[in-house]
Amino acid sequence: MTHPTIVSHTRPLPRWRRWLETDTPESVRHAAFQESWTKVQHFRSQTLGMIGFWLLMALLFVVIAAPLLATHDPNVQDLSQRLMPPSSENWFGTDHLGRDVYSRVIYGARTTLRIAVLVAVIVAPIGLIIGATAGYLGGIADEVLMRITDIFLAFPGLILALGFAAALGPGINNAIIAIALTAWPPIARLARAEALTIRQSDYIAAVRLQGETSFRIITRQVIPICLPSVTVRVTLNMAGVILTAAGLGFLGLGAQPPHAEWGAMVAVGRQFMFDFPWVVSAPGIAIAVISLAFNLFGDALRDTLDPRIA
Amino acid sequence: MIELSVENLVIEFGADRTLVRAVNDVSFEIERGACYGLVGESGCGKSTVLRAMAGLNSRYAGTISLSGEVVRPKRDKSYYKRVQMVFQDPYGSLHPRKTVYSQILNPMLVHRMPNTERGVDQALEAVGLGASFRFRYPHQLSGGQRQRVAIARALALEPEVLLLDEPTSALDVSVQAEILNLLADLRAEKGLTYLMVSHDLAVITHLCERLAVMDGGKMVEELTREQLARSETQHPATQRLLKATEELGEGALGETDFGMAPTFQTNSGRSQ
Amino acid sequence: MSRQPLLSVRDLRISFPGRHSTVEAVRGVSFELGSEKLGIVGESGSGKSVTGRAVMKLLPSIARMTAEEMRFGDRDLLTLSESEMCAIRGRHIAMILQDPKYSLNPVVPVGHQITETYLRHAKVSKRAAREAALAMLDAVKIRNPERVFDQYPHEVSGGMGQRVMIAIMLAAEPSVLIADEPTSALDVTVRFEIMQLLDELIAQRQLGVLFISHDLNLVRRFCDRVLIMYAGQVVETIDAARIDEAQHPYTRGLLNSMPRIHAPRERLPALARDAAWSKDLREVKR
Repeated sequence: MTHPTIVSHTRPLPRWRRWLETDTPESVRHAAFQESWTKVQHFRSQTLGMIGFWLLMALLFVVIAAPLLATHDPNVQDLSQRLMPPSSENWFGTDHLGRDVYSRVIYGARTTLRIAVLVAVIVAPIGLIIGATAGYLGGIADEVLMRITDIFLAFPGLILALGFAAALGPGINNAIIAIALTAWPPIARLARAEALTIRQSDYIAAVRLQGETSFRIITRQVIPICLPSVTVRVTLNMAGVILTAAGLGFLGLGAQPPHAEWGAMVAVGRQFMFDFPWVVSAPGIAIAVISLAFNLFGDALRDTLDPRIA
Repeated sequence: MIELSVENLVIEFGADRTLVRAVNDVSFEIERGACYGLVGESGCGKSTVLRAMAGLNSRYAGTISLSGEVVRPKRDKSYYKRVQMVFQDPYGSLHPRKTVYSQILNPMLVHRMPNTERGVDQALEAVGLGASFRFRYPHQLSGGQRQRVAIARALALEPEVLLLDEPTSALDVSVQAEILNLLADLRAEKGLTYLMVSHDLAVITHLCERLAVMDGGKMVEELTREQLARSETQHPATQRLLKATEELGEGALGETDFGMAPTFQTNSGRSQ
Repeated sequence: MSRQPLLSVRDLRISFPGRHSTVEAVRGVSFELGSEKLGIVGESGSGKSVTGRAVMKLLPSIARMTAEEMRFGDRDLLTLSESEMCAIRGRHIAMILQDPKYSLNPVVPVGHQITETYLRHAKVSKRAAREAALAMLDAVKIRNPERVFDQYPHEVSGGMGQRVMIAIMLAAEPSVLIADEPTSALDVTVRFEIMQLLDELIAQRQLGVLFISHDLNLVRRFCDRVLIMYAGQVVETIDAARIDEAQHPYTRGLLNSMPRIHAPRERLPALARDAAWSKDLREVKR
């Protein structure tokens, strides 16, 4: 092979950049750092993805700094101040119990992030393991695992979550479990499709010819290949998860009063929507913005983790 | 001493009405330290034979023996310690998300070999890659370098037999020459036994002393390198293959390098 | 035949700008193509395929291309708009790629893909187009054109697929054919048949052919003239019949590194690359 002529046109790099971009990494970890660095570089070149990223960073900041950012206690009621329009005292106005909407939106972010993170942590491993196992093993294992997946897929997500939430009883933790139960099947399907295509590949054959067990092939060879697309899918699903959580909250099956949660806030504010629109609009906009942020982030992540990009 | 032998190998795919006999009664023996070639057009069954020998397909009839002992269709770990394979496509045979180091290390971990770190370096050195390649990912390597890594991975277990599935067909001729030389050196150095599959007669004869021609799942002719060099072939399938190779390549026997006539002489009316 | 070449390219340069560096894929390639078979030989990465695509103006959008001249007959390809280029592609300059599996539309029967070419370029009735397509399938020596006409690409073999591809490309009666490794995916016996077929069709039609390949042996048996490319430049131009007298060490190295059936050697001489080969030729001359 002839190497095409390459003309470099950059200034000398600082040491840490040289370490990250050298051709001769010194350990597996160094090499992994370099790989991540090229991914980060690629991600940073995507404007929309970066907007999504900074929105999510902002969400994280709000969650951590909620007590500092909030102007009021989110749960203190003041019936004399109920349904007040936005003012210098109550930036987003007050709700029907006189609580500060701004502070409730800030604290509601904690609930939202908690749901998103916990669902992701539950869903990704379940989907990955079931999907990769079914796809790699094939045969009866595939049949059994996929029929179970189909059962969960047969119901619309919100309906199934509703059923679980109703059975388990209302509450934020039960809502998380209910959402997780409905969110894993598409992930498993995705992981299976991925595993099916690589199962016939030569590099899996090569590992089989080393005498490697199926268990270790699935965990050490197949899952690393499925991981990027699953990560992307889970991120993109987060928008849906937040909406489902809001929906459950709206229906009274999610977070319980007086706990601040965006969906529940919209549900309550709905009664006063036409006369006092600030009660619903603040949490509504928050839901929309964070869903959008997850979508933008996930889209850019997909472009970055696509294996065709070296 | 016979290292590897195949007797009456039959491999079928599908069932009942769609039954296809991909390999039909194939038998051959390979001496220890020899290189044996299987040639034929695509679909002739040569790769199917190789995959069955590797243990990737355990649904076959007939016997495969290693050093005189019949191996079971479901291979165990000790077989893989002795028999390794190099694949055709260097872009598809390396895990895209693992470094060269971990891919060569893995077989040694599976077989609980000692001194694994040194083993990786030795394997890389044997295939002519320096230690600087250890922590690269496949996408950072050229086709020839990847094939070297794939050979190093096969060598990591210090096997006795290498199964070679068209190991150079995806490479440039200059790189092909390097890989063929490397394979020849490794065989001399480590006393390896090769079974090589290819559709390229020139490549097969370069490396193998003996070869078999396959056609339609059957072995139709067995030849030595010298017989082929003298064009002493019997079967029409071999002759067809030889003619095409000659016409598109080096030319028929007796034609010198100089003054070789072009195969296609229609000379499509060049501008004056 | 007119003295004017079908295709003339002068000082073609193509580069792919990246974040930190620019890859110069082609660095000053010039050639003229008459009604002849001109081979471009080089290894992967030598810039041979990019050169072929540049003539069709089918480079990825990030590529930067410059040339002093790139003419097809009396038309200046450099100044043509995309829509004018579309009228030339396929109609006047056709291209055959390596693998018919990827260049044929998988959901359209092969015969219809040929018919479409006639409908697009020749403005004939559907019936006449079908007749012409069947005749074309016959011309590429497909034994049972009627049956193959309605088959999908996955139902035909690699060799058959390449025949269909040739039929599609020649249907519009182009005057220049660019063949980029047209037989590399095929078995040697099928390769031989396809090369014979191509040779015949080209001779009948007096086409100018740009034959891009990594296989020096194949090219010297098929082509009239050969350009040897290395690192984006033409290092040697030579008549195919006289390739054994090639001077450039790279050409000689390529020739020597091929294994031979009738002249077995212990070792194949490895190609010893010289940094001087990839120096900018213009600067060397100065």
